[in-house]
Amino acid sequence: MKSEPTVRETLPEGLTPDRLREMYYCMVLTRTCDDRGFALNRQGKIPFAATCQGHEAIQVAAAFALRKGVDWLVPYYRDTCMALSFGVTPREQLMCLFARKDDIFSSGRQFPNHYSVPDRHIASISSIIAAHVTHAVGMALAHKMRKEDAVVLTSFGEGSTSEGEWHEAMNFAGIHKLPVVFLCENNEFAISVPQKMQMAVKNVADRAVAYGFPGVICDGTDPLASYTTVREAVERARSGGGPTLVEAKCYRAMSHTSDDNQLQYRTAEDIEASKKRDPVPRFEAWLTDRGYIDAGGILDMKARAQQEVDEATDWAEHQPMPTAEDLYTHVYAEGPLS
Amino acid sequence: MAVKNLLEAVRETLHDALARDERVFIMGEDVGPRGNVFLITKDFVEEFGHDRVLDTPLAEASIVGVAIGAAMAGMRPIAEIQFADFIYPAYNQIVGEAAKMRYRTAGGNTCPLVIRTPYGGGVGGALSHSVSIEALFYHVPGLKILAPSTPADAKGLLNSAIADDDPVLFLEHKKTYRLIKGEVPPGEYKIPMGKADIARPGSDLSVITYGLMRHFATQAADELFKDGIDVEVVDLRSIRPMDRETIVKSATKTRRVLIVHEDNKFGGVGAEIAAIIAEEAMFELDAPIRRLCGPDVPAMGYSKAYEEAFMPSPERIAAAMRDLAAF
Ligand SMILES: Cc1ncc(C[n+]2csc(CCOP(=O)(O)OP(=O)(O)O)c2C)c(N)n1
Repeated sequence: MKSEPTVRETLPEGLTPDRLREMYYCMVLTRTCDDRGFALNRQGKIPFAATCQGHEAIQVAAAFALRKGVDWLVPYYRDTCMALSFGVTPREQLMCLFARKDDIFSSGRQFPNHYSVPDRHIASISSIIAAHVTHAVGMALAHKMRKEDAVVLTSFGEGSTSEGEWHEAMNFAGIHKLPVVFLCENNEFAISVPQKMQMAVKNVADRAVAYGFPGVICDGTDPLASYTTVREAVERARSGGGPTLVEAKCYRAMSHTSDDNQLQYRTAEDIEASKKRDPVPRFEAWLTDRGYIDAGGILDMKARAQQEVDEATDWAEHQPMPTAEDLYTHVYAEGPLS
Repeated sequence: MAVKNLLEAVRETLHDALARDERVFIMGEDVGPRGNVFLITKDFVEEFGHDRVLDTPLAEASIVGVAIGAAMAGMRPIAEIQFADFIYPAYNQIVGEAAKMRYRTAGGNTCPLVIRTPYGGGVGGALSHSVSIEALFYHVPGLKILAPSTPADAKGLLNSAIADDDPVLFLEHKKTYRLIKGEVPPGEYKIPMGKADIARPGSDLSVITYGLMRHFATQAADELFKDGIDVEVVDLRSIRPMDRETIVKSATKTRRVLIVHEDNKFGGVGAEIAAIIAEEAMFELDAPIRRLCGPDVPAMGYSKAYEEAFMPSPERIAAAMRDLAAF
């Protein structure tokens, strides 16, 4: 599997051939999990699924550009690949899909992909669009006050950048030059609403100028370009240079969620065209061309991912559901109060 | 014990919390060099620095949202909303986020946050500097709501709020800031939340109230006592959790209940108090439960005439007491 590279080129700082293969594996694992989620939904086993197909490259890059155990993620609901790349396991992922009692994110309370993993530095979000962006800023403020060098990376779609709270968060972070990276995963749609109905500017990154920090754009379907861009933003944050707004141009291969049908507002040709940008086969080809991986290695990884996800599915499906009593836990530290 | 007004008690408590605990910091509009619009944080910047007495941009959602993030990251922020009337932009953060943080993460993330805000009328505050907001929040599980009415209670409850591991909305009645004085215990004095105070024991009827109205009700009760009517005044102090036990005990003892609050009547805190009594002590009563509350109009107008017509006064409370006593 570890074939020697045939093309000698300098990898971006922080990346090694091993890390590249790890990134690829995270993408394959995510795709396998995502497909499983939709399949379980279609089988009527889970009520709801959302996928990140088309976003894998920027997400794995963002997770790899941070230091695990030091930096913090405040991701949004589409960040399956980011979470799996930052330490969430397939079992944990399947537990949230099945909404089981021992789902560590929320004990089956929240929609899938609403991560909360304090021990791996992933903070909680609700489903309220953009409400978590000020939280990321507050976390960065706390780190700065305590003179810790942790960086916070928070993500959202382009539609989220219309919310007032998003702008308040950006403004606050700009004033205090906080160690935070704002990552917009621009897939051109907010459910059905296209970007041009969301903002008059061409790029989300253009908004950054109003807050006094850089806005940069990268190809969010290219892991290396994404990695280089996010890493630079992380380094700026860590060295006291303040926030960056990174806009990763990607696309949404599937409908918004399992409850949506994008053929109601997009043409089949448009969907097919965007699927040509699928980051997984593209990265696979890139790695193969350069000899970082060979056909056998790819098959091995795909088989391993399949096995991990199968095992996690069987296991999670048989875990206990929450009980009616569990409704009453964790209302207040003391329990429920009236 | 030192005698202080309510504003001084809040100021002293905030000061001592900043001095005692490095995790505590204050954030809000004009809390820095100006020292808050009522001068509650006056001179704090000089002592604790701009970071810990942080002037925020004029944007309430982010005042609370950023405070939530800091709380999640281990700090003990005290966020200030300059006037309760301006809390609406932060409603999403308070109700949708802070109140549900513990629940939605099954205890994984918590939100130890205090949101202080001055509320209430009687100060010429017009439509947008005089509202009561408690009813808009007390419906929400996960939030605690405190409304002290004496300097000692303000200190005791604010200390408990700062030490609490959940979000607390701390309501300070503007009119009590300088009007109400009293002895304030020294040190990190704490009062448990969810315990009402019997402001005045009595046997003939119970007034259940909180905030400025505690003082108006005690004044009215003193009047009635001259005529041989002995009124018990129960000051809730804590709206959520609510002291059901004391409410029911007092209702059972006096058998007549008048609920008084300044907030609008419909769906107000009084509705819940009445429901608790109806559920738990209906057949102990000798008279129907009565409510004397702010009328169901959007707010009190600027003109003094509007304000007087809106706010329950000691005289109107006394009249309502007499009426109920005679039932
Ligand atoms: C405050 C709020 N309004 C509306 C919704 C419903 N909603 C959920 S996702 C979504 C679209 C979000 O689009 P975008 O931010 O571009 O992210 P994407 O889903 O495309 O990744 C909407 C409208 C919501 N969850 N929260």
